[in-house]
Amino acid sequence: MELVFALIIGTLTASGVYLLLRARTFPVVVGLTLISYAVNLFLFATGRLSTGAQPVIGSADTYADPLPQALVLTAIVIGFAMTAFVVVLSLRNLADNEDDHVDGHQGSRIPQPKSEEVPRQ
Amino acid sequence: MSLPLVVLLPFLGAIAAPLFAQGGRTAIAIASSVPALIALAALYPHWPVLADGGVVRFHQDWLPAIGIAVSFRLDGLSLLFALLILVIGLLIILYARYYLKPKENVAKFYALLLCFKGAMLGIVMSGNLLLMLVFWELTSLVSFLLISFWTHKQDARRGARMALAVTGGGGLALLAGILLIGRMVGSYELDDVLAAGELIQGHALYPIALTLVLLGAFTKSAQFPFHFWLPHAMQAPTPVSAYLHSATMVKAGVFLMARLYPVLAGTEQWFYMVSFTGMATLLLGAYVAMFKHDLKGLLAHSTVSHLGLITLLFGMGTQLAAVAAVFHVINHATFKASLFMAAGIIDHETGTRDMRRINGLWRYMPHTATLAMVAASSMAGVPLLNGFLSKEMFFAESLALNLPGLWAWLPPIVATLAGIFAVAYSARFIHDVFFNGKPVDLPIYPPHEPPRYMKIPVEILVFACVMVGMFPAVSIGPLLYAAASATLGGDVPEYHLAVVHGFNLPLLMSFVAFFGGLLMYSQRQRFFDFHARFREIDEKAVFEAVVSRVSSVAHSLTGRIENGSLQRYLLLLLISVIAVTLAPLLDLGLFIGERGLSPVDAPTAIAAAVMILASVLTAVLHRERFYALTLLSVVGLIVALAFARFSAPDLAMTQLSVEVVTIVLLMLALYYMPSWTPLESRRSQRVRDVAIALLAGVGMTLVTLAMLTQPFSSISDFFLENSKPGGGGTNVVNVILVDFRGFDTLGEITVLAIAALGIYAMLKDTALTPPPGDGLGHPWTRDAHPLMLKQIARPMLPLALLVSVFIFLRGHNLPGGGFIAGLITSVALILQYIASGMVWTQARIAVKYHNVIGVGLVFAVIAGAGSLAFGYPFLTSTFGYITWPVVGTFEVASAMVFDLGVYLTVIGATLLALVSIGRLSPHSAIKPKREGT
Repeated sequence: MELVFALIIGTLTASGVYLLLRARTFPVVVGLTLISYAVNLFLFATGRLSTGAQPVIGSADTYADPLPQALVLTAIVIGFAMTAFVVVLSLRNLADNEDDHVDGHQGSRIPQPKSEEVPRQ
Repeated sequence: MSLPLVVLLPFLGAIAAPLFAQGGRTAIAIASSVPALIALAALYPHWPVLADGGVVRFHQDWLPAIGIAVSFRLDGLSLLFALLILVIGLLIILYARYYLKPKENVAKFYALLLCFKGAMLGIVMSGNLLLMLVFWELTSLVSFLLISFWTHKQDARRGARMALAVTGGGGLALLAGILLIGRMVGSYELDDVLAAGELIQGHALYPIALTLVLLGAFTKSAQFPFHFWLPHAMQAPTPVSAYLHSATMVKAGVFLMARLYPVLAGTEQWFYMVSFTGMATLLLGAYVAMFKHDLKGLLAHSTVSHLGLITLLFGMGTQLAAVAAVFHVINHATFKASLFMAAGIIDHETGTRDMRRINGLWRYMPHTATLAMVAASSMAGVPLLNGFLSKEMFFAESLALNLPGLWAWLPPIVATLAGIFAVAYSARFIHDVFFNGKPVDLPIYPPHEPPRYMKIPVEILVFACVMVGMFPAVSIGPLLYAAASATLGGDVPEYHLAVVHGFNLPLLMSFVAFFGGLLMYSQRQRFFDFHARFREIDEKAVFEAVVSRVSSVAHSLTGRIENGSLQRYLLLLLISVIAVTLAPLLDLGLFIGERGLSPVDAPTAIAAAVMILASVLTAVLHRERFYALTLLSVVGLIVALAFARFSAPDLAMTQLSVEVVTIVLLMLALYYMPSWTPLESRRSQRVRDVAIALLAGVGMTLVTLAMLTQPFSSISDFFLENSKPGGGGTNVVNVILVDFRGFDTLGEITVLAIAALGIYAMLKDTALTPPPGDGLGHPWTRDAHPLMLKQIARPMLPLALLVSVFIFLRGHNLPGGGFIAGLITSVALILQYIASGMVWTQARIAVKYHNVIGVGLVFAVIAGAGSLAFGYPFLTSTFGYITWPVVGTFEVASAMVFDLGVYLTVIGATLLALVSIGRLSPHSAIKPKREGT
């Protein structure tokens, strides 16, 4: 079980990091979301994995660690707020620069030319 | 109590004095004098104690944990400096009344002057080194503002910048030095430090601490090679030059050396660093002063030279030399301040300070000329004036230095040489300005005597020069004794204050200096020709060049690292994270721990496989954004399942509802954005990114695996035990959120609120026109709000709200609570927006979401503050049981109010964010939603 859980977190991180390094805002936001899943799961896992042990007094024999759960609960909500903020930032970028490149105008402030491939549009 | 008052008063005066600016210059000058007069009266009663070498203290703990205290300490040395600051300050106030023109910003000038006075008093009276440093830096800042008082002058601004850079930089060194000393002694209190001289000198870090402290002192007191800022600070109004740059601020470095003399002095390092710096400064200043045509330039370099003299005396390390140094501080302050004032009068009355033009002023202003000539004679060291006495002591001490071999000749020769220069430039000051033919082309002609009262400060100072010069034992003896005993830490050597000690070697040196100086002045043309052969270094140009060089290097360095490309920052960030964490993680050993692995069941394995696949596909197919989004939602849903599977029902519910909102949000964003990502990166770039991603992924896998298989102990037992008896709820997660860790939650919902308001602000005046179709040639559906969706959504609302109320109410005891209920309500409302459109829904929801957020936060704070009313700490919760007919007995906890705040904030924030985005489109009324397609 632990191996599966670790693999899930690893895969989420890897996909997220790859997307984080893309040049357009939308993949970056998606990558950020994937990473926040991974982080939430990781924080949750600090309380170890347990089955049928929900930390509600009287509902089980043993209880899972409630502290990481409480932390992760707020982390999920704040993670959403941050995702929304980044999405809006990218929309504003789109509105101001008429381009969804993460660096604002593509190529305008970047010294080394990167436009070997012209966008398909 | 009178000590903090003395320091505080000038600052209060700085606030109050500008109020009198309306009343004219006289009114504000009188108002500005009040703090100093009160301070003098407050200091007077302490004199009997101080005269006997006693100390007056005031101590108030401030941050005891790091050794900072508001602690003031008055002894003979501080008193001497405090008197200089207060008395000369009063004279300057009077002088500036006539120096400043009516239309100038008099209020600013006096306010700054008083601030400076307070800061300076703070330096000399602080009983805590860190507190002293605060005042030390404050003098640098105020000095910056005073030098650049005439902000329209470029030279003034540059001079101010230079002074700030040098003295402020020195202040940083001093801070480091003080921290080191504090670390050695274990206290920053001056009393403790002064008692720990041996400890400090024996410490391995002593040379470093000494160097740092001396850097602070040397920069402040304009010692070579940092002397260059002082002449350029002469762009300040003359009262400032007289006060800051001759009598007080430049003496702060000297004061520091005197203050820490018992602690730092007496070692070889001290001797070599301080005395050689002093010697170099003494000679250099005196030499350059002779060639300055600017009256204030001459005085400034002479000040540099005299500061070097005082430093050299301290560096010699003998007790008599220290006495002479303290004595010279007094003497230099009196004659130099009066000379600056005289220079200001001349500038004021002739319109220029160029000594090639102002000649023969004796005829026009004999009174001022007499005063200036006496003061200049004192500067030259003419007998019967105070400058002579301390210079004589200096000569005697230079002879007494026991240097090996031929080196023994060096100090007396340097001293005599500097004496010759001093006489020469003093002679030049007297002869060039007041005699030597007629004035040349003066801007104001004919010059005449200044207003009567403008001369009074000069008269008082010159009178002091004469009194000290003729009757030293009576006039200054007791004060000097008190100051010297405080400097030396108790034992004062035998010294004799008398005008003539009989014919001896020092007197001979004085004669040599006097006549040598006159000879040099008479042959000045040769020296000028000689000096003209060297290209003069313009320190300002050099300084500016260095500054611009440094800043351009910094610019290019910054530009190279921070080139505006987010992609690159992220890359560097990720690489550094991997690089930094790699070694410690390998040290920890990433392997399967003692707990071992538990078996996997089939449903979990299948879900995990789907999730891994979806996650990888999200990355692989990311260029088709719609697919990526769909796959992302699969991942999110399985995350929710994972929480449910591993005993976290609250998390599962939260994740599920957040997932819905997130996907709606991203859909909405995608509506405005291109629906695919162009292929822009090179293959090599992609390979590199994949490698980094794999590294990160493998790393996280190993870390998680190692962590999950380690045994652990948690503090959660406390929460589990106290949840019911202490918090009144059985759902421990919820009790932690609203009770045990309620303050965290309050912070978190505040962050949520700020994020939502930020989103609102960012999009407030932005309009975005969505692309006409999905970019692949397909137009949007014209059926913006499909009938089926509309019809299902509307009856869903009350049902969903009911569910959310239920979830909210049971939250304290069963999975649920404010966060989850708020998200469910948000989802229900968002569904209405999607189904029926912005205009329709908004018309039916009468609240503004900003207000919902505000009310929510207020609820949360009130719930927390309520406990204060009963004398409990913030956010203490209470609960009780109420029995209602029909419903039965149920529990009511004050934490419910807090949870209600959470609930409202979550709704407000979520909807404000989404509605802000939805409103972006100029025709949001008929805006189609892709969910409907």
